[in-house]
Amino acid sequence: MKFTLSWLKDHLETNASLDEIVETLTRIGLEVEGVEDKAKTLGAYINAYVISAEQHPNADRLRVCMVDTGSGSPIQVVCGAPNARTGMKSVFAPPGTYVPGKNITLGVGTIRGVESAGMLCSAAELEISDDHDGIIELPADAPIGVAYAAYAGLDDPVIEINLTPNRPDCTSIFGIARDLAAAGLGTLKGGDVPAIQGKGACPVSVTLDFSGDDAKLCPTFALRLVRGVKNGPSPEWMQRRLLSIGLRPINALVDITNYITFDRGRPLHVFDAKKVKGNLTVRRAKDGEEVLALDGRTYKLDAGTVVIADENGVESIAGIMGGEHSGSDEGTTDVLIESALWDPLNIAQTGRKHGIITDARYRFERGIDPAFTVPGLDLATKMVIDFCGGEPSEAVVAGKVPDTTRVIEFPYSEVPRLSGLDVKPAESEEILKKLGFKVQGSGERVNVVPPSWRPDIEGKADLVEEVIRIAGVDRIEPQPLPRLEATVAKPILTLIQKRTRVARRSLAMRGLVEAVTWSFISKDEAELFGGGDARLALANPIAAELSDMRPSLLPGLLKAAQRNADRGFGDVALFEVGQTFASDEPEGQSIKAASVRRGTARAEGVGRHWNGGAESVDAFDAKADVLALLAALGIPAGGLQIVAGGPAWFHPGRSGTLQFGPKNIVGAFGEVHPKILKALDLKGPLVAFELNLDALPPPKAKPTKMKPKLSLPDFQPLTRDFAFVVGRDVAAGDIVKAAQGAERALIVGVDVFDVYEGTGIDPDKKSVAIAVTLQPTEKTLTDVEIEAVTAKIIAEVSKKTGAVLRG
Amino acid sequence: MTDLNQLETDLLSQVEAAGDEAALEAVRLSALGKKGSVSELLKTLGAMTPEERKERGPLINGLRDKVQSALTVKKETLAEAALGARLAAERIDVTLLPQEAPEARGRIHPISQVIEELTAIFADMGFSVAEGPDIETDYLNFTALNFPVGHPAREMHDTFFLAPDEKGERKVLRTHTSPVQIRTMKSQKPPIRVIIPGRTYRHDSDQTHTPMFHQVEGLVIDKQANIAHMKWILEEFCKAFFEVDQVKMRFRPSFFPFTEPSAEVDIQCSRKGGEIRFGEGTDWLEILGCGMVHPNVLRNCGLDPDEYQGFAWGMGIDRIAMLKYGMPDLRPFFEADVRWLNHYGFRPLDIPSLVSGLTS
Repeated sequence: MKFTLSWLKDHLETNASLDEIVETLTRIGLEVEGVEDKAKTLGAYINAYVISAEQHPNADRLRVCMVDTGSGSPIQVVCGAPNARTGMKSVFAPPGTYVPGKNITLGVGTIRGVESAGMLCSAAELEISDDHDGIIELPADAPIGVAYAAYAGLDDPVIEINLTPNRPDCTSIFGIARDLAAAGLGTLKGGDVPAIQGKGACPVSVTLDFSGDDAKLCPTFALRLVRGVKNGPSPEWMQRRLLSIGLRPINALVDITNYITFDRGRPLHVFDAKKVKGNLTVRRAKDGEEVLALDGRTYKLDAGTVVIADENGVESIAGIMGGEHSGSDEGTTDVLIESALWDPLNIAQTGRKHGIITDARYRFERGIDPAFTVPGLDLATKMVIDFCGGEPSEAVVAGKVPDTTRVIEFPYSEVPRLSGLDVKPAESEEILKKLGFKVQGSGERVNVVPPSWRPDIEGKADLVEEVIRIAGVDRIEPQPLPRLEATVAKPILTLIQKRTRVARRSLAMRGLVEAVTWSFISKDEAELFGGGDARLALANPIAAELSDMRPSLLPGLLKAAQRNADRGFGDVALFEVGQTFASDEPEGQSIKAASVRRGTARAEGVGRHWNGGAESVDAFDAKADVLALLAALGIPAGGLQIVAGGPAWFHPGRSGTLQFGPKNIVGAFGEVHPKILKALDLKGPLVAFELNLDALPPPKAKPTKMKPKLSLPDFQPLTRDFAFVVGRDVAAGDIVKAAQGAERALIVGVDVFDVYEGTGIDPDKKSVAIAVTLQPTEKTLTDVEIEAVTAKIIAEVSKKTGAVLRG
Repeated sequence: MTDLNQLETDLLSQVEAAGDEAALEAVRLSALGKKGSVSELLKTLGAMTPEERKERGPLINGLRDKVQSALTVKKETLAEAALGARLAAERIDVTLLPQEAPEARGRIHPISQVIEELTAIFADMGFSVAEGPDIETDYLNFTALNFPVGHPAREMHDTFFLAPDEKGERKVLRTHTSPVQIRTMKSQKPPIRVIIPGRTYRHDSDQTHTPMFHQVEGLVIDKQANIAHMKWILEEFCKAFFEVDQVKMRFRPSFFPFTEPSAEVDIQCSRKGGEIRFGEGTDWLEILGCGMVHPNVLRNCGLDPDEYQGFAWGMGIDRIAMLKYGMPDLRPFFEADVRWLNHYGFRPLDIPSLVSGLTS
């Protein structure tokens, strides 16, 4: 919403400065977006007389001008404008002036050997128009030495406010003045509209063709004919105001409607009465009906749109834009003026559907003052008569102006209760009254009736807002919020919140870099990673590749790794901890952690290194990441099973599934499947893991924080090594498990320290060497006892895996 | 006598001449070994008369002691030299770099870091952290928050919708974290003090908007909480978060469907050379929206607005991260470019706390 200072002062008697007004507007909730004050920005530019303009001695296209700026001594200026000539009047900028159109600050210079102390300016250089063909030509009677901006009437500052959608009343300059007056900045004036006494009935009738509920689409429609007008340009002052807020003057009749739209927030429409055939009907458009609107575009309408039609068909899109056919022009002699009320919701929907943004729509969709329907028509009629002459008919009013009167019971104590500011009842009452509220009754509890122009006021809280925004939110002193309990702060994080934090820090400790990728991925990607449920597809994705809620963090991470590789950073290690979606219910959302390692980005080191390295990542790097994460989360390894093979996006022979029993799969790791690489256009080696943090077993509740008692045996442990030859498909884990089971009381550790295939071993076999640690607890073991355990281990491993002790 | 002196001279020079420990051992054996020259002399003492022994004894013993100590000294010298030679041979090039440690390579994303900073500050003020689903019902995202039917935010060009279900209801990707306010008020009795960080979505993508972003919301509900308390909370938060002693804030009355009265908050700052400093300067920067929870919202949660009251605020996590840490653009937050992450990310053990400071 834009307006000029002088326009505001039509409605606000005030001595306040521009700065005070601007500061107050923002303070009371009418945020000032910008102020354009040409009196300030163009303050240095003055009217000047060119005493002489002579050819520059050293340049064909330049002239040396002597300029009279009214200061007495002429100033020498070198000028390149083709129109610079002796005896003309133009605009001069002295050295030190900032030139907005050129973004330079002038200095005293020498141009081709001739001193130049300032500049004669074009309109483009002042940014007042696009005209840069020559310097500004002022009329012969223009006074010399005065500020150009003031002389040219450019010194009316333009203020733009950012209006919140709840304030339709401030789509009018009068409404803004009312708010400022309430805030103590002056007195509101110029609001009264004398009623027009028309002659004879309006010859055009209006039918509101709506049934039932539809009546709300147009509660009332007022119309008046003015005969015998002479349309032409509107008065200069009106044109200037419209121009300064960015509106193009058209003709007096149209300019009047635009002016009242801004002045009083009351959009109107004028029809050339001679182009209207028969009476007017307000109705829903018929599907397929068309109208050529004033913007020169043809709109195809449907029943969602309300129109004003005559016997020719649609003449206007209600509340949004008039039609070209019945619009007014210089030849208009009889004019129909419309002042109607439209349903905000319908106007908003229609405007959006057709993509039409107009000053009328802006106001109707916020909700304009219904009580000003007929006064608005009268005000327009008066201006038409004043500017264009003519004789008005009586107004015809179809429908009824809705009564929006409502009463809010208001204890003044609500103000301190909600705001913490002790505003006294008298002050609250005064503020409300100045804003146009009626206050009925007296004492601590009153009845408040909001004015017709404030549809946003519903209850007590709204009244509190009115009082404190005018009283000043800055008067409220911050007040400490007391602690709920006078105790040391209790821990606040939930289990999953703690796990999420630990996961991030521990994965970063492994050299992984945290990424945050989109929650949505393409449908193809979702399907490849176990998703693609229709309930998780967006109805209106912003792009095809961001269409489905992700079932997994991996597609986003894999593609991110590839993007980095494409930029020359192929050895990347990324992780993400974030939400994934299995259904559209809250329970279907879970927090997962995932990592992706590419190229040689191993935890131990990245890339080539003098001390070895440059080894490609493999599934064990991913497995190490996930096991490190589980350890950091304090998940006891006891119940965890690692089963060969994983989901379809992993290499079936180089992946593993993490589970706590077959029904509780919590994650997987491995090398990314070659088919996935191909489908996502990725280049390996790429390994990854993904773990569902929500699915991990919760820690066991314990009555105290005591750790189990530490018992240290009195006897030294001893280690025995075994090398077994087994079939190639026997899992090392099974050998370890078998060895562990051989003598549980004694065996405290089994570690695989060598796996060998090749020369000396059958091609379908491998050698697995394990170190078994025995921990005696009661006495040192004798050789015989050790022998017995050894034999048991060999027997057990052989029995479970078919292994033979390597000779 | 002469032969003893001669022997001493010979032995000492042999000791001195020994080039390594083996040669020195040979000298020792030749002098002090079983058949060594000095040992042989010592054996002669037994056959001597007491007078002879009194005269010769000290001389022979003296010779033995001298040779013995020369051997010891020489042995130490040789050992020292041998160690020196070994150490010289074992020298490595310490200018070579080891593999860069994983904890030096890892990074935490600024969004995660800032969420932990927020949590540390608000935990100290007695807030806990509430969360909710990204896929929300239209009711919780809009209706319960007092968005009227037909509000522009409910349109396809502003909000992401999912496919309609059997009943024709369309779920939405939450456009703000505010539905968690409703979930919280419906599931727990006042007094309530929570912050709600999370992902949010709007149908918007240009230079300064991304379709996904992060918000943090705060909610206080009890029987007294008012705007004065809200101002205090927000001022204390801004000082703590931006780690400055003073901030100047400006509360501008504004409008949100779910609060009444509502305000937008600007924070005063200076901008010099692309650097924003809070607590000084003359510029105002919008930082958050806030207000007293709307009576309709309280009613929708089963709370009587004449008995309960409170306030809420919301701000962009990405935005305050940019303001504090100086990232110029939003889009790279979600592009996973390791150059950006390495530069703007945080080290694994940069854990924000009020005890050691939010940033190191």
